[in-house]
Amino acid sequence: MRLRYAIYAVPVIFLTLFLLYPLAMILRSGLAGGFPAFTDRFILSVIWFTCWQAVLSTGLTLLAGLPAAYVLARYRFPGRSALYALATAPFVMPVVVVAAGFVALLGRNGIVNDALAGIFGAAAPQIDVLNTLGVVLLAHVFYNLSVVVRLVGGLWSVLDPRLEEAAAVLGASRRATLRRVTLPLLAPAIGAAALLVFLFTFGSFGVVLLLGGPRLATIEVEIYRQTAQALRLDVASALALVQLCATLAAAAVYDRLQRRSTVALRLRPAGASARPPETCRAWLLVGGCMLLVLLLMAPLPALALRSLTSLTPGVEGMTLEYYRMLGENRRGSLFFVPPLAALANSLLFAGAATLLALLVGIPAAYALTGNAVRSVAIAHTRRRVSGRQIARVILGGIIILPVGVSAIVLGLGYIVAFGPPGWLRSPLLIPVAHALLALPLVVRSLTPALQAIDPRIREAARVLGAGPARIIMRVDLPLVAPALLVAGLFAFTVSLGDFGAALLLARPEYPTIPVVIARLLGQPGAANYGQALALGTILMGVTLAAFLVIEWVQPRSISTP
Amino acid sequence: MRTRWRRRFAGGARRYVHTAWGIVVMVLATMLLAACGGAAQTGGPPTPASAPGERRLVVMTHDSFAVSEDVMADFEREQSVSVEVLPSGDAGSALNKAILSKDAPLADVFFGVDNTFLSRALNAEIFEPYQSPALAAIPDDLKLDPSARLVPIDFGYVTINYDRAFLEARNLAPPQQLADLTGPAWKGLLVVEHPATSSPGLAFLMATIATFGEDGSYTWRDFWRDLRANDVLVAEGWNDAYYTHFSGSSGQGPRPLVVSYATSPAAEVFFSEGKLETPPTGNLMAGSFKQIEFAGVLKGAREPELARRFIDFMLSRRFQEDIPLQMFVYPVLPDAALPDVFVRFAQVPSDPAIIAPERIERNRERWIEEWTQIVLR
Repeated sequence: MRLRYAIYAVPVIFLTLFLLYPLAMILRSGLAGGFPAFTDRFILSVIWFTCWQAVLSTGLTLLAGLPAAYVLARYRFPGRSALYALATAPFVMPVVVVAAGFVALLGRNGIVNDALAGIFGAAAPQIDVLNTLGVVLLAHVFYNLSVVVRLVGGLWSVLDPRLEEAAAVLGASRRATLRRVTLPLLAPAIGAAALLVFLFTFGSFGVVLLLGGPRLATIEVEIYRQTAQALRLDVASALALVQLCATLAAAAVYDRLQRRSTVALRLRPAGASARPPETCRAWLLVGGCMLLVLLLMAPLPALALRSLTSLTPGVEGMTLEYYRMLGENRRGSLFFVPPLAALANSLLFAGAATLLALLVGIPAAYALTGNAVRSVAIAHTRRRVSGRQIARVILGGIIILPVGVSAIVLGLGYIVAFGPPGWLRSPLLIPVAHALLALPLVVRSLTPALQAIDPRIREAARVLGAGPARIIMRVDLPLVAPALLVAGLFAFTVSLGDFGAALLLARPEYPTIPVVIARLLGQPGAANYGQALALGTILMGVTLAAFLVIEWVQPRSISTP
Repeated sequence: MRTRWRRRFAGGARRYVHTAWGIVVMVLATMLLAACGGAAQTGGPPTPASAPGERRLVVMTHDSFAVSEDVMADFEREQSVSVEVLPSGDAGSALNKAILSKDAPLADVFFGVDNTFLSRALNAEIFEPYQSPALAAIPDDLKLDPSARLVPIDFGYVTINYDRAFLEARNLAPPQQLADLTGPAWKGLLVVEHPATSSPGLAFLMATIATFGEDGSYTWRDFWRDLRANDVLVAEGWNDAYYTHFSGSSGQGPRPLVVSYATSPAAEVFFSEGKLETPPTGNLMAGSFKQIEFAGVLKGAREPELARRFIDFMLSRRFQEDIPLQMFVYPVLPDAALPDVFVRFAQVPSDPAIIAPERIERNRERWIEEWTQIVLR
């Protein structure tokens, strides 16, 4: 029947045209002439730097994240859930917001330097950490702390504490218990978290480009520079292939690790092993962890605060001036449109990307949920679908692919593939790219919900005379509505926050918010600085709202690994 | 039966159904809008809301392009056209955007290819030749493209500016040669721009290559190695270098030496609006690079005839005389009168470096990468 083909055809056609074809063109362009550049010390040094900064970032994130995961998993104290939300919120924050936050906190005109000047007067020591490796590492820890807290903390909170107690009774010291009992039990989660953090920081783009300054370049940043500045698409493509292979390999290892980590442990319900801190040492640990998370998250409130503070010398106090300026289009300004128009562009692109992601994601989720397809199909035709299994495996593989394809690589792919037919002019390429980047998240939100539908409901509907389309509209969709909402919001936030693809694909007259913020941050003067922070605050607010709705709709799936 | 399962299974989800459908409808609406926007775009360069029947000319350029309102208004009135300026990043990025979108050009005219990028622009074949009658009055040594796909509009000298007050306070004599900058007296005092992202940065790199050469006992690489040892600061762009890090500008940064233009001291007097009688900054006269900026008609322009009129206009006396105080470079038209501050304070460097565009094109990326390796890694 036709519906069944459509379920496969829509995602396959979309993914072939907008993912596989651009990747094939990257492969062609890279193989055609990019790789000889790799004998260059320059390119090799970029690859080397990418690796060791990722290792360093992973180590630091674990160092900060493991104690936080322990405290959040094992102690009950006032403000625990707020602390948890605070530690996990950064993950959805757009990179330009984070960069603007760090600039607002630690930059030359930042809050910290202002405070120093306030305390010590004019001769105050100026800290200037922007454009150093230190601030890049800090931003990486800021971003990925939530990965460790979610994965490791999730497992830690359900581990049976009696194992540790038994070790203690048998005479093991605290350290020995940790080393011989707890850590081995947590090892799969720690390994998975470390691998994910490595994966994310290996592909770090915005943080390094915006905060790292001209000295630092990861592979992603170099792909951007080779594309936009040096115009050597072949070298950029070759680098993209390296990036692609590395991330796909890491993703494969992660998948393996996830499968093996499902060891039969006697788990306790989450929270059952949490107790209030009683000893002085426990309180110290909880307090220290709170302080760490609060300090680490300081860039976000700093951003909002700074965007409301007047930066003009001689004018003190709070002001809405920079928000007002967003609506103006000064002649001779950097943009074709007032910055606020970028907000409209961004919302428009995000809306279109959400729709596209759902239009492709829903059939894809159906196709991957064999159960659902079959029960719709069988309920209707009572015939077996042949070759379904193979098609599902292939589709599943392709749908996971965007996880390993970064926004920059996708942007480069569109330039290489769609430049010659002249499609780059179309503003629709941006929502298409965003929909692709969001697709894995959308499908992952929808499949469990579809799988959970009891096939007997569909059969009942069928018996009562409903056609397949009617079954989908009246039975399935209402039942998966919460998952649909979550999937849509994921797509919306991915699109809203994307920096890489928009940077390469946005036309000068259709800038998105992240592109405008990045350009404002690169310019001198209080007005540009203030506007960048104001726009960053708006983007932070919208993202935070979406994040809170997601948390509210699916409260349980967050705390389990 | 039907109502029973509904109650049982859909009950929990019902409160989301409304929201979800609301979102779907909203998203559909925005999608439709975006599609309409897209459809409107397929015809040619951007067409923001305008009076019906009015023609539109799109000029793609870099972020530093500037022109007086009334000068532009004259052209718009004469040709009954509305001109849209499309700033597209730094000079290199703007040109690359134009090259990448050559199969569906974003604009009719491109302004801002300089002689360091001339060969790339010409090799990409994105410009139509146009022998403007106004070219007759332009000196031949500025016309680097004989087939006139790109015509010269302005030129300037990239050199090092120093902050007079800073030097006087420290009893330092201004540097005379580029080689002086590697001395201990100038440690930690110079800010330059990244040649990959900034056209004055690239021009200054060219000046050092022309000054020190590629072979010999002391090459440009040795010079930059010494500069690095002397704690040179690299900024992404001119704006950042000049207004954030340079002490002689209104930004009052910490460093008294900056790579800028020979006309910047005159600009400081002009922008002080009467507060300054003499320039607060001076030029290092040796080791400069002559930068010429070009404009051309893009292939596939929607308004090629208007684009040619715009090239004529940029070469006209009206536009040429507007250049100095808007972009602080020299007009290519020898008859154009220079403003008073230029006559009094702008110094023309004695012996500006010249490197053939073909040689730059052959070596540019290699030089930039070598430079990055030496100075930044």
